[in-house]
This record gives sequence, structure tokens and C-alpha cells, in this order.
Amino acid sequence: MNGTAANGAKPSEASDRHAGAQGRIDAVDRRLIAATGPGLPLVEAPFAEVGGWLGLSEAETIARMARLARAGVIRRIGAAPNHYALGMTANGMSVWDVEDAQVHGLGTQVGALPFVTHCYRRPRALPLWPYNLFAMIHGASRDEVEEKRARIAAILGPACRGSDILYSRRILKKTGLRLTAEG
Amino acid sequence: MRRAALPPGALDATDRAMLNALQDGLPIVARPFDWLAQKLGLDTQGILARLARLREIGAITRFGPFFDAAAMGGAFCLCAMEVPAPRFEEVVTLVNAHPEVAHNYERDHRLNLWFVLATETPERVAHVAGTIEAETGLSVLRFPKEEEFFVGFRVEV
Repeated sequence: MNGTAANGAKPSEASDRHAGAQGRIDAVDRRLIAATGPGLPLVEAPFAEVGGWLGLSEAETIARMARLARAGVIRRIGAAPNHYALGMTANGMSVWDVEDAQVHGLGTQVGALPFVTHCYRRPRALPLWPYNLFAMIHGASRDEVEEKRARIAAILGPACRGSDILYSRRILKKTGLRLTAEG
Repeated sequence: MRRAALPPGALDATDRAMLNALQDGLPIVARPFDWLAQKLGLDTQGILARLARLREIGAITRFGPFFDAAAMGGAFCLCAMEVPAPRFEEVVTLVNAHPEVAHNYERDHRLNLWFVLATETPERVAHVAGTIEAETGLSVLRFPKEEEFFVGFRVEV
């Protein structure tokens, strides 16, 4: 059992529901989203406490959160690891020019690798940018990132016509998701 | 946010197991930590104390629900610019001044500025990108996601 199974919506299914999710978020949902944006309280019954902040019962809070999860608005309840603190101080945005007919299947395989986060198919911007598959790789060192990058190259095989990796030099801005409580 | 690695030994095997389990997500039930406690063979108070400590020492940045802004009607778009070195700081200031710019990174590439636009509506992405182009006189390449191979933010700990 995990969060997605418990919520009854796998992420891939959730994305199909985006169109319908918007209309189902009411003013109370928005208050709930704004209240839990900074995080959940670390208590045995966190939804009872959150409900208390907003004047909702625990049952209604859970029902609303579960509905938001089914609609794909909440992807999961969990922790965001701090890659830097955990020793993952090197990260590179690997980019790949993959045969269009194969990018779905191969992207799925790359996205399932435990060291890859944020794996997306995106449009090319020719001639400057021939790459259509983006996969963020995390590691303890650049050598480790390069070794992981080679593992992705092996998976992509001849379907990949070219690749590159962009290391970050500096974080220039980083803000969380902001959401206003009003609709 | 902490940018330096934690000292060796800061996390024990249980902390690591907890971090891995938490990346998969907790069920939305009245006592979600009971489930984790059972899975890891701890009591719920022990789980809560460890989680509080992990947050305190900066091993996790946040515990709670992860939202999909697109599902709420908003839009995200990865953008990139080729900024001439002498203009870099000036352009960064212009770009960062837009509240829609959520993340912004300098990267080692001819396209040296990469940022994410997070907007309330998809139409707004084009508007903000166009405004940045007008302000800087430089092109803003847009790379909206066409398909997501989503596995969360899993990192083996």
C-alpha cells in the first residue's frame, strides 16, 4: 500500500483528469490547499488538526483531501528530501534527442530509474535545441552523475541521436507554490 | 534551505527507511502515521519524533501534500534564454522581477539561463514570456511539458 494506491488515482491517470479537476475545487478546497501548503502538522491525527484550523470536521477534511487526490490536485502526501543535505550535491539536467516513435516507451523506462526526478518529454527548438527528453539526475558527485547518465544512454540505445547535460552553476531564484486562499 | 551535506552518521538506518517510505506517500486516513509505524516496526510517537528531527536538521524541506498546479488550472513552463555574459546580471534582475518566475538557474550551456514560469492560466505563460522578451530584447525559448514520466521526487537515500 502506498499513497497513490490509497488515494485511488495513479499519477498517469490523474493527469487525464486535469480538465475536470478545476471545476470541482470550491472555496473550502482552496482554503484547505492554502492551509496545508506549508505542510501538515506532525501529530497523530493531522487532518483533525487541519480541520480545526478551518472549522471542518476531521471526516470532512479527509473526504476533501481524498477527493483532491483523486482529481489529481494532490499528487501524494509525503516528504520532500533535501538533496543537498542528503549528500546529493551534484545535479545535472540530462537532455536527449530520442526518436519520436520511441520516446514514450523509453521515457517511461528512464522515468522509473531511482536516481531520475522530473522526467519529461518537451518540444525541440531547432536548430539550437534538438532534445525532446529531459531527465534530472541527482548524485553525490559529477562522476556519479556521469555514470548514471551512461546508464540512461544504454537504455536509450540507437533510438537516441544525441545528448547533452547541463549542470547548474547557481540557483538564481527558488520559490514554492503560492496559492491565494480566494478563488 | 540547507545546501551543505549533513555530517556522516546524521541519519541512521531507520531514518533512511523512513525517508524512502515517505517519498512514496502516506494514505489519507485519520491516523496516517500509524501505517508508517507499522511498516517500519516503530511506534507512532517514534515516527513523529524522527520526522520532526529530520525536518529540523534539514534532511527534508517539507512534509505534507504535494499539489499539481496544473490540476488547479494553473500552468508551468520551462523556459531558456541565451544571455550574453556581459548582460547576465542585468537580465537575471529583469527576469526575477516577475512573480511568475518560480525557479531560475544559471546553467553551463549556450542557453545559460533556465527558469520555470508558474502562472494562474496557460495564456499567461505566453504573456509573461513575451514581456520578458520585450524587456530584454532576447528570445525566450519555451519548453512546455508534453508528457510526464512521473515517479515523484524519489532519491535513494
